[in-house]
Amino acid sequence: MAKVLWKFGDDISTDIIYPGRYMATVLPTETPQFAFADIPELNRLLNQDASVEGDIIVAGKNFGCGSSREQAVSTLKGHNLIIIAKDFARIFLQNAINLGLKIIICPEIEAEKDDELIIESDKIVNVTNNSTFNIKPLPKAHQAIIDAGGLIPYVRLKLSERFSHSK
Amino acid sequence: MSQTLVQKILAKSVDKPYVEIGEILEPKVDLAMSHENAALVINQFLEIFKGTTYEPLVWDPDKIAIIFDHRVPAESSKTATNQKKVREFVNKQGISKFHDIRGDLGGICHQILPEYGYIQPGKVIVGTDSHTTSHGALGAFAFGIGATEMAAVWALGRILNVEVPASIKVIVNGDFPPYVFPKDLILYLIGQISAEGANYKVLEFCGETISKMKTSGRLTICNMSVEAGATAGIVAPDNETVRFLRDEAGYTGEIEFIESDANADYERIIEIDVSKLEPQIACPHTVDNVKPIGEVEGIPVQQIVIGSCTNGRLDDLKVAAEILQDRKVSPNTRMLIFPASAKIYNQALDLGYISVFTKAGALVMNPGCGPCLGIHQGALGDGERALSTTNRNFKGRMGNPNSEVYLCSPAVAAASAITGVITHPKKGAN
Repeated sequence: MAKVLWKFGDDISTDIIYPGRYMATVLPTETPQFAFADIPELNRLLNQDASVEGDIIVAGKNFGCGSSREQAVSTLKGHNLIIIAKDFARIFLQNAINLGLKIIICPEIEAEKDDELIIESDKIVNVTNNSTFNIKPLPKAHQAIIDAGGLIPYVRLKLSERFSHSK
Repeated sequence: MSQTLVQKILAKSVDKPYVEIGEILEPKVDLAMSHENAALVINQFLEIFKGTTYEPLVWDPDKIAIIFDHRVPAESSKTATNQKKVREFVNKQGISKFHDIRGDLGGICHQILPEYGYIQPGKVIVGTDSHTTSHGALGAFAFGIGATEMAAVWALGRILNVEVPASIKVIVNGDFPPYVFPKDLILYLIGQISAEGANYKVLEFCGETISKMKTSGRLTICNMSVEAGATAGIVAPDNETVRFLRDEAGYTGEIEFIESDANADYERIIEIDVSKLEPQIACPHTVDNVKPIGEVEGIPVQQIVIGSCTNGRLDDLKVAAEILQDRKVSPNTRMLIFPASAKIYNQALDLGYISVFTKAGALVMNPGCGPCLGIHQGALGDGERALSTTNRNFKGRMGNPNSEVYLCSPAVAAASAITGVITHPKKGAN
């Protein structure tokens, strides 16, 4: 069982998730402090002493729209959050899979802040409002990266191909 | 089998005659572009090679472009140190397409790439910037990726696990009325189909209006295709593409003509007649909150911005200069102008546009992204409103979540600078 830490509507941009003025900070170890910096209450929740690991952010359509900045993913990954959205913007989704941020596409999801959810392989059960919502699988193009545990280990597997073909 | 333009480009990139929509490929990359976020790409690139026996060398230093534009000149010691780290990497790896912070060769990545002939039809272009969609204007398949994905491209020369996207055909006909421009067309389209209306799709623009449109305008519409969620925007190469590559970009190599088959499979067809289009304004805080100018005229704005990868080109500055000639920026607003590249800045100097701007009271800033993404140069105060030719109006975009950004064409921006309120250019020009 996991708790909904925050609920958003549609079109949450990367400028909301990780404001542009912090983009000079690039390292995944340093980005988590600036997550949702312009929403002080949420930023405080994330950076308080009590762990938010495994907590859920629920959002509507087009979560992560806008910039390709990878900080918008590493900042959430650093807090080990789970993001459930009706759907995600393309580049954000790809970045999330590459970095191993847990994201779930759930087109019908209905949940409020502080609701308790159970995440199963193909559905989400909202224990608080006693309802169940189907999960939409991630695009199949990404399965190999997910299976490898992220893009960096996946690319390591492929390096031998490059160095045997050329140079 | 019939194919769209993008299917054909991707088929070629994997040495096949045909690829299906939805097929998963590993296309060869022709150009891989980054800006300051190359600092993060370098970090991830070195991470890939950690624990392997291979030397961390990029696959092809001539196919990587790095252009400093987001924070130029550096706004902080942190940025300056990152830029220094990138410069050292560029020298060590022998990356040739590097544009540093300079008054002759510098500029915004999405202007530099076409300007220097780095983009040609039929090529696969990736960039660590969402507005990489711009380069579809020259008939390339160009899309934005994240930094770790780019590190993988630097390592392998291929982009992994790309699903061949479906295309939406956007047929545009009619002549633009006076004071209506490609920016108004793309804002109108985004307003119609929504900020995710083209998610995972390619917007392929065609029709007589596109045929007559200069490359500068095609760059504007392809640039903002991502604001409808599109993976890419694209225009099939034609005589205008050749004119631009030969006469403006000085490209002397081969140019490949490539177009969609007549009976190619489209997800959707959208027809737009621009002959009755009004200037369009994207209102806060989403790019698809688009209204015809009549609904927002008279709203006071405290900052006006002309520039960015969307609308900082010479044609944009020309329109603005014609409106601002012998006029004054209202004391109730301030106007910032960012030419998209050093070349454009110098052309605008020679043509007298820069002195028109400064005499009017506008500040002409150095080429670069400027205040578009809220990092430096022109942040907004609490409760202030900006009217800008840039591409995003998300909450906080211009550096302050307690402010608003409206998006418009250069003509609307210039006319509104004279009045200090959102103004139809036909009125501002009188």
